[in-house]
Amino acid sequence: MTDPTRRPLITGIGITAPNGLGTQAYWSATLDGKSGLGRITRFDADRYPVRIAGEVTEFDDTEHVPSRLAVQTDHWTHLGLTAADMALRDAGIDPAAHPEYQMAVVTASSSGGTEFGQREIEKLWTRGPSYVGVYQSIAWFYAATTGQISIRHGMRGPCGVICTEQAGGLDAAAHARRLLTTGTTMVVTGGTDASLCPYGLVAQLSTGLLSTRDDPERAYLPFDTDACGYVPGEGGAMLILEHPATARARDAHPYGAIAGYAATFDPRPHPGHPPTTNLHRTITLALDDARTTPDQIDVVFADAHGHPAHDRAEAQAITTVFGPHAVPVTAPKTMTGRLYAGGAALDLATALLAIRDGVIPPTTGVRAADPACEIDLVRATPRDGPVRNALIIARGHGGFNAAMVVTTP
Amino acid sequence: MNTTTTRPATRHRPGTPRPRPTRRGRRVVITGIGVTAPGGIGTPAFWDLLTAGRTATRTITLFDPTGFRSRIAAECDYDPTTHGLTPQQIRRMDRAAQLGVTAAREALTDSGITHDAIPPERRATTIGSAVGCTMGLEQEYLVLSDRGRHWLVDPDYRVPQLYGYMAPSTIATEIAWTADAQGPAALISTGCTAGLDAIGHGYQLIRDGSADAAIAGATDAPISPITVACFDAIKATSPANDDPQHASRPFDLDRNGFVLGEGAAILILEERTTALRRDAHIYAEIAGFATRSNAYHMTGLKPDGREMAEAIRTTLHQARLDPADIHYINAHGSGTRQNDRHETAAFKDALGHHAYTTPVSSIKSMIGHSLGAIGSIEAAACALAITHNVIPPTANLTTPDPECDLDYVPRTARTATVDTVLTVGSGFGGFQTAMLLTRHHHRGGHHD
Repeated sequence: MTDPTRRPLITGIGITAPNGLGTQAYWSATLDGKSGLGRITRFDADRYPVRIAGEVTEFDDTEHVPSRLAVQTDHWTHLGLTAADMALRDAGIDPAAHPEYQMAVVTASSSGGTEFGQREIEKLWTRGPSYVGVYQSIAWFYAATTGQISIRHGMRGPCGVICTEQAGGLDAAAHARRLLTTGTTMVVTGGTDASLCPYGLVAQLSTGLLSTRDDPERAYLPFDTDACGYVPGEGGAMLILEHPATARARDAHPYGAIAGYAATFDPRPHPGHPPTTNLHRTITLALDDARTTPDQIDVVFADAHGHPAHDRAEAQAITTVFGPHAVPVTAPKTMTGRLYAGGAALDLATALLAIRDGVIPPTTGVRAADPACEIDLVRATPRDGPVRNALIIARGHGGFNAAMVVTTP
Repeated sequence: MNTTTTRPATRHRPGTPRPRPTRRGRRVVITGIGVTAPGGIGTPAFWDLLTAGRTATRTITLFDPTGFRSRIAAECDYDPTTHGLTPQQIRRMDRAAQLGVTAAREALTDSGITHDAIPPERRATTIGSAVGCTMGLEQEYLVLSDRGRHWLVDPDYRVPQLYGYMAPSTIATEIAWTADAQGPAALISTGCTAGLDAIGHGYQLIRDGSADAAIAGATDAPISPITVACFDAIKATSPANDDPQHASRPFDLDRNGFVLGEGAAILILEERTTALRRDAHIYAEIAGFATRSNAYHMTGLKPDGREMAEAIRTTLHQARLDPADIHYINAHGSGTRQNDRHETAAFKDALGHHAYTTPVSSIKSMIGHSLGAIGSIEAAACALAITHNVIPPTANLTTPDPECDLDYVPRTARTATVDTVLTVGSGFGGFQTAMLLTRHHHRGGHHD
């Protein structure tokens, strides 16, 4: 992506986040420091060690998804379909007027239709095989959201589904960017996730990385001396990625452009040895791909895992590339929790809004920054100032690293 | 960069747009194959089964299938211990990951790639899977819910690997670790086209310079009650429980659904000049890859095969090849009523009258349909077909369906010149994928 005029443009954003449904609601909540974390309401979580999560409580599945489609799909897909609708509307795209094979859908998924799957598997084991519903085969699997968006909007181009856990949002957008170089002109990309059902939550507990604190304001504190893990969330974002030529031809109003990207994988950890990461190499490769130097980056949206060792590793990667306290770093996901496949997609959308409005949203809740993390963390309130280039960092459980540079259109 | 072609321009069909010159630049070859499939573990056993036309479909043994509509499957006789997995690896990994790691080890050994030739940071990992670690997820659910008794499942019985079962990306993690790969890594999960799409993803990463090699392939181990039940519910699988060996009948008049399978195949993809420099054995070159969606129905197929035909045409354009150049088509051939008709129409649409003279076969007749894995297993079969100049047959094809009127290589393998192979996949979500493999020529060749 050396030629700026050939950079793919983001022309539409749709957000389903715990602290705001729709871009406007999410963005004003985020700038106001309003959190969407709270006690789990989707089921009785009293007996579980984790009772706080980021739920999209405003979202009414039946209101946003036609009933015939709603019964065939999981809550995760409902959030994805809704975000895709919002993004297309925002971009001013009428899919019916677009060449069918030039439109594609690439979404990230991290755990599929967990709640739907738990209901069907319960029917199987309590009532028998013939009670498993006809939609289990298409609602549970990881491709459900991409397939349903493609069908709903008549998008017949090269569709894809990427699973790299929390890094998926960036990897999906990067794959979408690749498609724009081979004949596709518009891609719906991003990700959502929703694993806040009992089995989904217990599966997440098994990593030991979730926060068990009951106070939503103190549960997820990345880069803080009091960091104690992360809070899970649901939702995410969908974006419209367009070829610059077609976007300009239709006078689209882009939020920004993807300037660079890289992905790596960490070496296998060895017991007794400190883990090593390729995160700083990922950042360097993404900056190289964008033909951007560290001093041109105005903000870093951190992965901000919330586990002290992971936070320090990330801070070290950032300072290795930028120097200590050399670039503003933020993690507004303290207000949403970690959204898995939706997380990096939402960070990407947030970075574009920061570019549009010249403001860096805050990392709420952090009071005592961990001195081992030598970063300039934007805390408590937003920081004004032009944002021309933003770097987004994402890591997926098991070793996935991704970094993306977005820039003014 | 080479921009000329020895192929005369007149090879392009009049009236068709001039193909995009996607064959310029970096080229991608296959230098290693590993297959863990029903009927025998390892590539030699796999190829023996296919060329003998034997079937590996049988009554399910992985669980008691009493009470299910379809009680048959193609299972791997696989014991992770005999394939060198350690007790901790076995505990940690779902069967899908185990099958994948075993296939990856075989492929890595077969290719002989070294750290000197391709350092870890230049190795990508692109692994397909349709349903990930369903087997582990279901087994652990049974414990946590006490066989479905508790919607609020019991957290005290959770195992440390449970999250790894829920997030299928852990399969890619295990395979990346096996290959010491530290370049881009991803699990691709486009349902039943995931196996081809994952190889296509690796191909694209090498072509665009993101990596010099890719550990690319797919794995699935879906023979568990919930997966069998979900296909029962939509009557997609064959109920021919009394005659499992002859149950998978692609293109046959008496076909009545697919037979579920399991397995894995991993290919080592390499940038061509790197492979040539280290004098690697090259099975084949990937000459084209395209995917399209029907945007029609999550499981239903229109009979015209229109989007699959479009994907095939696109790969031919990329490869600068004509329909007449294709020597063999490895079909999706799942054996459902609608698929085989859909696909036959797609071949006719894309290849015109050449469809009638090009051998087509479905190895699902022998090893079943292993969902996301099968596309990679079929790509492995295609590379072997080129290597051996042998076309594997469609087993069980005894009564031709008048609606399926192509040459499906019934029951017996065929010796023939196989320089160019088309392989296709079709899956839930409406995804249609096509890939072209060609014999690799060390010098010259039509694109040098």
